[in-house]
Amino acid sequence: MAPPRVNTDVEARLRLKPIMSSTAPIPADVLEIRHLAARSGLGPRPEEIEVLAKGSYEKAVKTLLKSTKTRADVSPPGWIDEPVAPPRQMRQMSQATRQQLMRKRRQHGMELKAWWYQEMLTTDSPLTERMTLFWHNHFTSDMRKVRMPQLLYRQNVLLREQAFGNFGDLLHAILKDPAMLVYLDNVTNFAGNPNENLARELMELFTLGEGNYNEHDVKAAARALSGRSIDRQTMAYRFYPRRHDATTKRILGSTGRFDGDDLADILLEQPHTARFITEKLWREFISPVPDDAEVNRLAAVFRDEKYEIKPLLIEMFTSDAFLDPVNRGTLVKSPVELLVGTLRIAGNREVDGERLARAGMVLGQDIFNPPNVKGWPGGNAWITANTLLAREELLSRFTRGRPMPSLATKDTVDSYGYAKVRAWLLPLEPVDPPAEEGPLPAYAAALMQDPVYQLK
Amino acid sequence: MQRREVLKLIASSPLVFYAPRLFAADAPERWDRVLVLIELAGGNDGLNTVIPYADPNYKRLRPRLAVPRDEVLKLDERLGLNPALEPMMDAWNADDLAIALGVGYTDPNRSHFRSIAIWDTASDSDEVLSRGWLERQFAQYGPPSGFIADGLIIGGNAGPLFGSEARVVQMRDPTRFVQTANRMRTMDPVNSDNPALAHVLRTRELLTEAARRLEPYLDVRDRETDRRPGRGGRGGRLGRDLDVTARLIEANAPVAAIKLSHGGFDTHAGQAGRHRQLLTQLGEQLGAFRKRMIDSGQWDRVMVMTYSEFGRRAAENGSGGTDHGTAAPHFVMGGKVKAGLYGQQPSLTSLDNNDLRFTTDFRDLYVNALEWWDVPASERVITGRSLQMLS
Repeated sequence: MAPPRVNTDVEARLRLKPIMSSTAPIPADVLEIRHLAARSGLGPRPEEIEVLAKGSYEKAVKTLLKSTKTRADVSPPGWIDEPVAPPRQMRQMSQATRQQLMRKRRQHGMELKAWWYQEMLTTDSPLTERMTLFWHNHFTSDMRKVRMPQLLYRQNVLLREQAFGNFGDLLHAILKDPAMLVYLDNVTNFAGNPNENLARELMELFTLGEGNYNEHDVKAAARALSGRSIDRQTMAYRFYPRRHDATTKRILGSTGRFDGDDLADILLEQPHTARFITEKLWREFISPVPDDAEVNRLAAVFRDEKYEIKPLLIEMFTSDAFLDPVNRGTLVKSPVELLVGTLRIAGNREVDGERLARAGMVLGQDIFNPPNVKGWPGGNAWITANTLLAREELLSRFTRGRPMPSLATKDTVDSYGYAKVRAWLLPLEPVDPPAEEGPLPAYAAALMQDPVYQLK
Repeated sequence: MQRREVLKLIASSPLVFYAPRLFAADAPERWDRVLVLIELAGGNDGLNTVIPYADPNYKRLRPRLAVPRDEVLKLDERLGLNPALEPMMDAWNADDLAIALGVGYTDPNRSHFRSIAIWDTASDSDEVLSRGWLERQFAQYGPPSGFIADGLIIGGNAGPLFGSEARVVQMRDPTRFVQTANRMRTMDPVNSDNPALAHVLRTRELLTEAARRLEPYLDVRDRETDRRPGRGGRGGRLGRDLDVTARLIEANAPVAAIKLSHGGFDTHAGQAGRHRQLLTQLGEQLGAFRKRMIDSGQWDRVMVMTYSEFGRRAAENGSGGTDHGTAAPHFVMGGKVKAGLYGQQPSLTSLDNNDLRFTTDFRDLYVNALEWWDVPASERVITGRSLQMLS
């Protein structure tokens, strides 16, 4: 990455410091717990930090990973079990009926987004939502192409179930996931006439990473995946043996009559896969610039643990790199983190999920609709002139006049203190510090307007 | 760089805000000219865009997807446009449309993301560069600092304008952009050694500056050019974004490049209808944009250029679609463009691993934009043999 241009007109070149116990009346290990909660959660709410801070840092990591969930608490919209109208049936509909169905699907799509936002807003395991979102951004599928909201719901259920399970199991399952098979055109991948879409993205984006396979591997992998499609009536996964190419293939040096499951196993045997996933998790949780040696060490842990996700996360959250103060405030909050996190901090759980979904769209993160198969690029790309304007506008609207119950109940400034509010809300000292006066909620709202609040 | 500093000084006086003519005597470059870049995101199927209708191999490779010969809009005795691009024939007949054939690069990469990175940075296939080619150009030798920005992004990602040294601003709607920016809390300009924070602060500074400079041009727009054809509706996002582009150009808003995106070209399955729809939008919207630019007397200072990460496989696949391929044709349009077919149409029989062999390096296409601005050869960040598309 090119170094930022030095603005020669301006002498002041800020070296903003992480908030440290030397400047805030808070012990260093509590600040580490606050960093853990900020990087692994949504917000975090001051209460969440305070609860975790009752024990040691290691205990806090354990608590977070023990309280993960495999299903959502908020009940899903009622239509999720309604039968899906197959495309064939749709072609026979009158135009009016078809338009009505399309309108219904759009409405359902919106309800699905609202459902997920509600879960994110109210969950007591924000890490579960972060990891579900991580996998949604890894094994991408979108509503624009898949069209059937039921299938996206089922995919979300799968990602949730496996979010902290085993990456190998998740990979095998996603290669049978109806939304994925539609999204990457495998439903029309036939023996003798393959479609390469899923095979290529599987190697490039889901497992090995670009450059770690060749064009022959892609073509052979497409043949291995042929025949994996969905049932036309139930829209559930179905394997069609007659469409499957059962002949011998050569993939990444192995030769055999491979099918889709063999292909997944071959990909899991490649050291590149563990490395690729670990590096992506590094960018999600630790810093924008992965440390090669450390990523290799963590990837080795991942492989030794047979792709179990929890041991890898524990190793990451307790690594020196994660805790290094140099890495504080070096990641940009995603729109979901900014929106949901701010509302959680403000103690507002009654927000209409559809409103949040629309706000996410404006900020560049339309959930269930990643921009392309690579997902949202994240990092600094979240911030453009356009989205920064929208972020500041939304923040001022969200924080204006909010009671912030957790702070409003702190009766006197003396017993809590401005410094503590600052330490809870920001990863670094503010660029433009507000005056330390007046009620705490107003002070907190002012801090949320600082550019540093965009970071975590 | 030295010249840029001088220009900065000149341009810092508000009276010389936008007047390239004032220093035209000693400055050869023409920053009053605007490049409109349109990314055909997803990999446009070149063979069904500029169609080798006379080649029997076309029908052989595309049994289901071939456009019938009698529907093709003939450009010469071998090649013709997809009928969905009908509105572009006006430009062709008026000598405004140049088509570069077989555009690609050596050792093609078939990953969307790697290949578009190669196109965006103008790198070689095995070279990784971190900044877009236009961003590097503008940082090295670009428009005067009084401009709203060097480049604007109206649609898609920054692509060729990615980087942190040139002044690049992303916006959807200029009026809303200025209104929101005016409500933003003011803050003294600062920098940081934390790259994420530096990015936030720099974006803030650039957008504040851009909004301040853009505002005077908006009044003109509101009075004179409200509600023009090509706005939203059937034209979709491309129509809306080209409308914004046209409004900025009509208002003489000083900016050197505007980048748009027209997406959905990754047609692995059921390509026929989808591709026709995408090309119809492209043709109609570019046709309407051209008419607007001619009517407002701006067409001579506009150059439209398309690009895409790759073309698609020569043969169709079993899903009525096409998989990732290599070379493809691209369009260059403008009042000063010399119509014609540039370069060689790739052969349909001499394929490389079932893909077309490129005949024109994509940087040879880009160089035409640098020539358009009269960027001296010594200051160009890319080298290439110009296709000489300008009259």
